[in-house]
Amino acid sequence: MDCEHAHLRVYEYLDGELTVWKRRAITRHLDDCPPCAHGFTFEIDLRRVIVSKCAEDVPAELKARIAIALGIVEADEPVPE
Amino acid sequence: MADPAGFAEQAMPFMSALYAAALRMTRNPSDAEDLVQETFLRAYRGFEGFHEGTNLKAWLYKILTNTFINQYRAKKRRPDQVDLDDVEDFYIFRRLGGLEAAEATRTPEAEVMEGIPDSEVKEALESIPEQFRMAVILADVEGFSYKEIAEILDVPIGTVMSRIHRGRRALQKKLWDYAERNNLRPRVESATGG
Repeated sequence: MDCEHAHLRVYEYLDGELTVWKRRAITRHLDDCPPCAHGFTFEIDLRRVIVSKCAEDVPAELKARIAIALGIVEADEPVPE
Repeated sequence: MADPAGFAEQAMPFMSALYAAALRMTRNPSDAEDLVQETFLRAYRGFEGFHEGTNLKAWLYKILTNTFINQYRAKKRRPDQVDLDDVEDFYIFRRLGGLEAAEATRTPEAEVMEGIPDSEVKEALESIPEQFRMAVILADVEGFSYKEIAEILDVPIGTVMSRIHRGRRALQKKLWDYAERNNLRPRVESATGG
């Protein structure tokens, strides 16, 4: 496994979509190659940053609308949290 | 066959994730609210067809994406073109990269990405072409497997991989463009200062 081959599989590796053997081959390469390990770590970090920055709070009004639509509460009842 | 009485209890916990995905898809809060409400109503009506014990989250996302594709795609406001020819893997990392950070819990390159405002990251994600965007949301934000995404979007796994790949590259290009425009750089301690 060289750097180029490791890079080709970076997403499948991080997504957990490789077979055990391919995964091991890449893990071995990352153990031996700090620059690649750093790059892979950045990709993981970047995904965490994106996920945390794209979080949203559901508007209370939408929760209420859905609770009413599903018959969980009557229209004039307070919506449970 | 699933019991409709249990629907709300099982499905409500997914509302906030569905709403975030709906916002990224529709790029508009009022459309996103309507999309989520419609998704819950359709899911509720169809809940008897849901097989208890299978993946409820994936099933809800399938309803969300189908509803989006059928009802909201026509309202598209922005063109969906992005040139990815010069965008390679590790796009941002190659540009920021190679910084020493053995002890850091987070890479210094990722610290730079932390410096991008939430609103800009959301906008970057919303700006990538719709097919790629949906695949990236399902994979990166929601953590679905390629196989689950293939079922949700009703496309082959190879197509899912290609869309995720292209979507991530497009997203990295947008984020890098922002970082560069705003001169976001890692804080590097070095002997020469700077």
